[in-house]
Amino acid sequence: MSPMPANYLWYIPLLPFAGFLINGTLGRKLPRALVSAVALLCTALPAGIVAWLWATMRAPGASDSMQVAGAPWIAITGFTVNFAFTVDHLTLIMLGVVTGVGFLIHIYSVGYMAHEEGYWRFFAYLNLFMFFMSVLVLADSFLLLFVGWEGVGLASYLLIGFYFRKTSAANAGKKAFVVNRIGDFGFLLAMFLLIAHFGSLDFNQVFSSIAQHPEWQGARFLTAAALFLVLGAAGKSAQIPLYVWLPDAMEGPTPVSALIHAATMVTAGIYMVARCHTLFDRAPIALAVVACIGAATAIFAASIGMVQHDIKRVLAYSTVSQLGYMFMACGVGAYTAGIFHLVTHAFFKGLLFLAAGSVIHALSGEQDMRKMGGLWRKIPVTFWTMSAGVFAIAGIPPFAGFFSKDEILYQTFIAPGPLYKLLWLVGLVTAGMTSFYMFRLWFKTFFGEPRFEQHELEHHGASVHARSTTTLTMVAEPDEDETADFHGVHESPWIMLLPLVILAILSVLGGFVGVPAALGGHNEIEHFLAPVFANGTAVEAVTASTGHSLELLLALISVLTAGLGFYVAYLCYYRKPGTAAALADRNQGAYSLLAHKYWVDEFYTDFLVIPLMMVTRGVLETIFDHGIVNGTGRAAGLATRGFAWATRSQISGNIRSYAGWLAFGAAAVLVVMVFGRALWMYL
Amino acid sequence: MVPTAYYLVLAAMLFSIGIAAFLIKRNVITIFISIELMLNAVNLTFVAFAHMWHQVAGQIFVFFVMVVAAAEAAVGLAIIISIFRTRQTLNVDEIDLMKS
Repeated sequence: MSPMPANYLWYIPLLPFAGFLINGTLGRKLPRALVSAVALLCTALPAGIVAWLWATMRAPGASDSMQVAGAPWIAITGFTVNFAFTVDHLTLIMLGVVTGVGFLIHIYSVGYMAHEEGYWRFFAYLNLFMFFMSVLVLADSFLLLFVGWEGVGLASYLLIGFYFRKTSAANAGKKAFVVNRIGDFGFLLAMFLLIAHFGSLDFNQVFSSIAQHPEWQGARFLTAAALFLVLGAAGKSAQIPLYVWLPDAMEGPTPVSALIHAATMVTAGIYMVARCHTLFDRAPIALAVVACIGAATAIFAASIGMVQHDIKRVLAYSTVSQLGYMFMACGVGAYTAGIFHLVTHAFFKGLLFLAAGSVIHALSGEQDMRKMGGLWRKIPVTFWTMSAGVFAIAGIPPFAGFFSKDEILYQTFIAPGPLYKLLWLVGLVTAGMTSFYMFRLWFKTFFGEPRFEQHELEHHGASVHARSTTTLTMVAEPDEDETADFHGVHESPWIMLLPLVILAILSVLGGFVGVPAALGGHNEIEHFLAPVFANGTAVEAVTASTGHSLELLLALISVLTAGLGFYVAYLCYYRKPGTAAALADRNQGAYSLLAHKYWVDEFYTDFLVIPLMMVTRGVLETIFDHGIVNGTGRAAGLATRGFAWATRSQISGNIRSYAGWLAFGAAAVLVVMVFGRALWMYL
Repeated sequence: MVPTAYYLVLAAMLFSIGIAAFLIKRNVITIFISIELMLNAVNLTFVAFAHMWHQVAGQIFVFFVMVVAAAEAAVGLAIIISIFRTRQTLNVDEIDLMKS
């Protein structure tokens, strides 16, 4: 193996960081073209390095992984952590997704954010995100992974609250941060447990130590560590019970939703579970929990997604649901399938968000699907690319989502135990729901009668942009072409369409890297990841015993389910557009339960947030803050004043009186020194 | 040979006189002289101990003290002259700018 790419590994995170520093410090003064040039260059070069890395590591005879040792970071007795990177095939796939999709979304953002204030700030944050995300996937130890983990959380917070003058955006940012903190708490506890038991946070040391001790199968401390890691992953990857931040995160600009809250950051939890598969394999209880959480989240979020009206919210709940699939895959030990779905999901969900952004752009800021319709003739490129995404996520063969989702469902089904048959059923129902809500979105957005009024739209669009320019005045730059831009519905500029087209191609073809043997492929991704996971043998054994007929049958069932979803959506939203409303009227209870998202937010508010606030206000603020902290300060002040009051009369300004005190003090010291011991004895 | 204690008692008496004069007298010059008295009381103890232990270090210290005292006398007298020129008095009770 040529050692060359390893030398350039550091540039993958450092270039975006340089971009962040340049745009973050100087960006305000720089022209927009230069800001975009810096941001694009600092993401394009890492993507290039990753491509190079990819080529070297796939070359015949190349080793499966490489380490790049860095400087020592923490070195105390019995515990050291280094800044070190490792690249194996799993990292390579993640890097490909992060830098590749990240770069495409940067390109898109240049067009999407063209009229926004704080353009430089947006790209600085986006580059910061790329930096931390690369650190996260390259990390060689839990601690460095945690640095990236926290860093992407920070970038996510900053970008959700990008329109920080809008209260809802600022609150959504805070919510994401606080909810993620709960997950991080679990991650930290897991790290403490690992330090206590292994004295190391290095992936290699921890995992090889686990591998050398077969007697630890199901050991309590491994299960505890794994469960704490699951809590962390549930926070970052928006799983029950910590999923609530992701739908609110849609307050951020749409490219952010695509990059951070669909394609990359939210998959960090899945990546982490896959990375720690050695640990999880030894903790079957934790794995079962992962599978159950995943399946529950998948169906839960999908059911909410069916009744949302905001186009981005539908996609947000869909993301939560798809992440649930990936969790479920990891939970049944099908890490490859989970990562495969992660990759295809990055393609098609990134595409869907970007296309939704293009639709929103076309309608000058409208996100409500009830005010869309009939758009397919007006924005054809967006329509066709988005269709690719919709078909991919719905699991229609041969689009990408079909192969990855089917792999997960199949592996869940063949996992031993009746529980997994139930999870498979849940996954199947979810697949039907997914297909339904995605085609619902498709029909409502692109077909039927246009439900927006041209005149109203122009007015509305103008007012939206007027608001955004007046309230978000960081640097007020006049947009000459702003008026020219709002002739009603318009297709997006090519710089936004280009990433859409590329992602659409990937959504169509991306699945072919994982065509299972049953369908005549040879599942390249499985072989590619085999050095990392090395557990494909069990699945192959089951497959060999049942033949391919079971796999084909299950694939057929899931395709039929997806088709059913399509048909129901077609009936409800195309053939007879009133059906859905009538259904909702007839099942008021169920509908309002879904429309209000199972009242989970309200439940959290009433049972967690409000009691917590009461404790904070009532106990911490009054007793601790006002009582102890302020009290100590006040007491110190009072004591000083009292002492000053007592001694004030001595400050006469008369030098001789000072000298007298000095002499008196010296005499006192002398007396104590000479007679002190004797006096002490007698006393 | 005179015992060391005699010297020490003499030095203590000189020092006490110096302190007393420093505290009682109002004239700056007198106060200044009392400071010199205290310095020389200390010098006397240095020399006495140097004699007692047959060590030369104490005597060297005395030279240093004398040099510093000379320098200090020069600076102090200059200050006294400038005070007298500005305030037309040498009574320390009237020189009380530090009193707020």
